[in-house]
Amino acid sequence: MNLDFGFYNWDVISNFVVKGFYFSVFLTAVATLGGIFFGTLLALMRLSGRKWLDAPAAFYVNGMRSIPLVMVILGFFLLVPFVVGRPIGAETSAIITFIAFEAAYFSEIMRAGIQSIPRGQVFAGQALGMTYAQNMRLVILPQAFRNMLPVLLTQTIILFQDTSLVYAIGAYDLLKGFETAGKNFGRPTESYLLAAVVYFVICFSLSYFVKRLHKKIAIIR
Amino acid sequence: MNWDWQVYCKDTIEGEVMPGCFGSGGDITYLDWMLSAWGWTVSVALCALLVALVVGSIIGVLRTLPDSPWLVRLGNAWVELFRNIPLLVQIFLWYYVVPALIPAMRSFSPFILVVIALGLFTSARIAEQVRAGIQALPKGQRYAGMAVGFTTAQTYRYVILPMAYRIIIPPLTSESMNIFKNSSVAFAVSIAELTQFYLQASEETSRPMEIYIGVVILYVISAMAINRIMAFVEKKVRVPGFVAAGGTGGGH
Repeated sequence: MNLDFGFYNWDVISNFVVKGFYFSVFLTAVATLGGIFFGTLLALMRLSGRKWLDAPAAFYVNGMRSIPLVMVILGFFLLVPFVVGRPIGAETSAIITFIAFEAAYFSEIMRAGIQSIPRGQVFAGQALGMTYAQNMRLVILPQAFRNMLPVLLTQTIILFQDTSLVYAIGAYDLLKGFETAGKNFGRPTESYLLAAVVYFVICFSLSYFVKRLHKKIAIIR
Repeated sequence: MNWDWQVYCKDTIEGEVMPGCFGSGGDITYLDWMLSAWGWTVSVALCALLVALVVGSIIGVLRTLPDSPWLVRLGNAWVELFRNIPLLVQIFLWYYVVPALIPAMRSFSPFILVVIALGLFTSARIAEQVRAGIQALPKGQRYAGMAVGFTTAQTYRYVILPMAYRIIIPPLTSESMNIFKNSSVAFAVSIAELTQFYLQASEETSRPMEIYIGVVILYVISAMAINRIMAFVEKKVRVPGFVAAGGTGGGH
């Protein structure tokens, strides 16, 4: 077996791979921000101590966490057109799915982070006469976010890897870009190998960065 | 919307509703097909779990060995390699790339290749948990083993591992549930498991909702069954008076 990477010149990369890379990064960014936003809401619902808020949030989070991501992606691809009333593209569907799915995972991280703040902090806020919202926004969440930062970033790296699963609905992501290039030039073996290398380099450097950050934060505390 | 749950009782070739919902003779219904797909999901997941436990334990132990920096580095490299490549890409690597590089592997069935891919992918996570479990033990445990004259192998066998495995049962539980969920990625190389069944059957029957709900229920049942089994194991092997600290879960 001789591998030939010769066909991977800049033209091929800019025609096939870059577009997919942009979508993967875009999907990761949108899903992280959306997931953190809705995840925080879910976490606050679960910690509110009110059953009518807690129960639906718990059902949603546990439900999402017990279904494989591929099935969630396929399910949304199937369901959303019913709800919206017209067919939507694979890319739009992927974005909605990942925000909804990651919200469940981020909410668990948030919940752990918020619970890691000592009760005294809550009482201190209350003693200053803060409302629940003020207390959360000014006292609890800033500290919780800082505690959670390494875990949040690690989850984002996992999320970046998981974006490759949009393969199931045919959205054009980084993996699809390599695959298409490989198919067009009759070199699938080299393409998959190169895709693995690119994913590895990105994820390894990011997780190295997270490790360093973790150490830095750990020293300050 | 109107439901049509009879779709499960339909013959997969003629599309006729079969009496009793199961096929007879050579024919199968969609229900038969779904149960067989569930069987594939369970086989892929359990075989991969076995591979992951064996390889993950070895790598995890290597990473904690005293005085062997190269083995530790090898273990660390293994974990980084398998953790930083998406599972789907790893499955493609084992399916397309490795057989192209190693001719002897061309005769391997897709099932075996997927089990290897999923098993090694999960082995990195289990190795991480085994390492964390071993390092969570007080140093004195290792010294105690040395003090009674155990070799390194004996120290691990009789002192460290029995405690470490008990500590990591909670993260192992979530990893075992993950492996069932991750086995769904095997659809990409046409293993006849549940996700693949969903894709094909929903196309053939034009009743995707009913098929989807059935498949999701089976995934949830599998995950809950694993959860209960692990809870049972945890209770059975608990050391009285020792509270397991538990490691980190996460991932999906």
